Amino acid sequence: MREAVITANKLTKKFGDFIATNEVSFEVDKGEIFGFLGANGAGKTTAMRMLCGLSMPSSGSATVAGFDVYKQTEKIKQNIGYMSQKFSLYEDLTVSENIRFYAGIYGMARQAIKEKTAQLLNQLNLTPEANTLVKALPLGWKQKLAFSVAIFHEPKIVFLDEPTGGVDPITRREFWNLIYRAAERGITIFVTTHYMDEAEYCNRVSIMVDGKIEALDTPRNLKKTFNATSMDEVFLQLARGAKRSDD
Amino acid sequence: MQAVTVEHIVKKYGSKKETVTALDDVSLDVAQGELFGVIGPDGAGKTSLFRILTTLLLADGGHATVDGFDVVKQYKQIRNRIGYMPGKFSLYQDLSVEENLRFFATIFNTSIEANYDLIKDIYIQLEPFKTRRAGKLSGGMKQKLALCCALIHRPVVLFLDEPTTGVDAVSRKEFWEMLKSLKKQGISILVSTPYMDEAELCDRVALIQSGKIMSIDSPQSIIKKFTKKMWSVRSAEMFRLLNDLQQYSNTEKCYAFGEFHHLVLKNDAEGMDPVMHYLEHLSHLEIEMQLAKPNIEDCFIELMSQ
Repeated sequence: MREAVITANKLTKKFGDFIATNEVSFEVDKGEIFGFLGANGAGKTTAMRMLCGLSMPSSGSATVAGFDVYKQTEKIKQNIGYMSQKFSLYEDLTVSENIRFYAGIYGMARQAIKEKTAQLLNQLNLTPEANTLVKALPLGWKQKLAFSVAIFHEPKIVFLDEPTGGVDPITRREFWNLIYRAAERGITIFVTTHYMDEAEYCNRVSIMVDGKIEALDTPRNLKKTFNATSMDEVFLQLARGAKRSDD
Repeated sequence: MQAVTVEHIVKKYGSKKETVTALDDVSLDVAQGELFGVIGPDGAGKTSLFRILTTLLLADGGHATVDGFDVVKQYKQIRNRIGYMPGKFSLYQDLSVEENLRFFATIFNTSIEANYDLIKDIYIQLEPFKTRRAGKLSGGMKQKLALCCALIHRPVVLFLDEPTTGVDAVSRKEFWEMLKSLKKQGISILVSTPYMDEAELCDRVALIQSGKIMSIDSPQSIIKKFTKKMWSVRSAEMFRLLNDLQQYSNTEKCYAFGEFHHLVLKNDAEGMDPVMHYLEHLSHLEIEMQLAKPNIEDCFIELMSQ
């Protein structure tokens, strides 16, 4: 049975005269891997910040994990996980300190943290590195650890903002295996990426252009609709017309 | 004469106790007028190589030349002849677009006017914003300005370190169009990127991983060296399919690749029928399986696991 964990209805954010996110509407189901694509400056980050309870919408409505983005932002924060390539782990803390820190912030009990940490380190083959500073880890390990930390408190939804930049193709796929496994457990994945082949790994993909969602469907249907052989082509067809560009 | 020669370059970082080898006996040549790609993930050694060739870093071993000059003994001549766009945005954020460009022209004893023809096609897109501070530009615009500043003294060799990282697909495509037109003007270009699909836009590429070059050739020739059959497979449940194919007795390698999984069999002679039976037996639905053409990313994965 379908169960929506994110609903957005005409969600809008204005900064003065500038409409960063313009009446965006969509639903994301439980356990779905939802790709949120768009060119630089299309309004992805602004939309994501509203859904994470970090930015108040100008108009429209949205719920995340059943909570309202206007009134229940603290509840939202407790029920989501977040990871981006730019910011995820503390480089000057060790692997196990990072886990303890994040788990503590989410209010997990000390004993539960201890047990689960051992489990996680074992699963990632990181047990020998428990006391290693995160900055000494290879990038691929950091990314896998950051993702695992983001879902450590079993959130209903995890937001991934360009999680996989710069790693080798094998490590990138290992990372996606972690994503698949989390989705299988019922965690909803909301992911932005510049790798168009990764868009294919999503159940459904939305593409934003100049603040609006211009397309939303399965990768397969999108390719059919736009008469394209790859998601790259679909993206180029839509984003070429964009007037805005920014980071 | 080659635009760039690299012979047995070694670079190590760290103390005696703990050393990291960033470049491990790297050798390559870039021909004049060539668009040469250095393809590899973060930490492969791309930036170290670029910094050695741009005379900003000393190697621990080996030799290298740029436009015929030695990177150690003749670094001054090299600096006059090359353009360098580092991975990190390094222009003056508080100077305007035009001021940055004029500054870089002046330190090379030239003027914007003298070399305008070279940057015209790119600069024209920036001109409406020429009084804006560089720090206030969008990512794509910064990238274009950095390229203009690297070109304004008409370099013989251009070094671009990850110019398209973090840039969206549209801007990436535009950037590669610019490189193509620069190549037509006879500039030799060395460009690094972690995006495997960009390899196919270069004349030749070096695939680099953990400081070692795994392969150097034209993208077409690298792909030709992939001699095994490669199948693309999909079904209604892609993650289960991946796990099942990885467990299959005749599977050499199986990994996700866009909307399909790529599958290489241990024994090509067996063909696809036994695979199809195996998957049907595991009650996969909507199975599709066909031969596929490998690309650079497949080759990179193959080389990495050798």
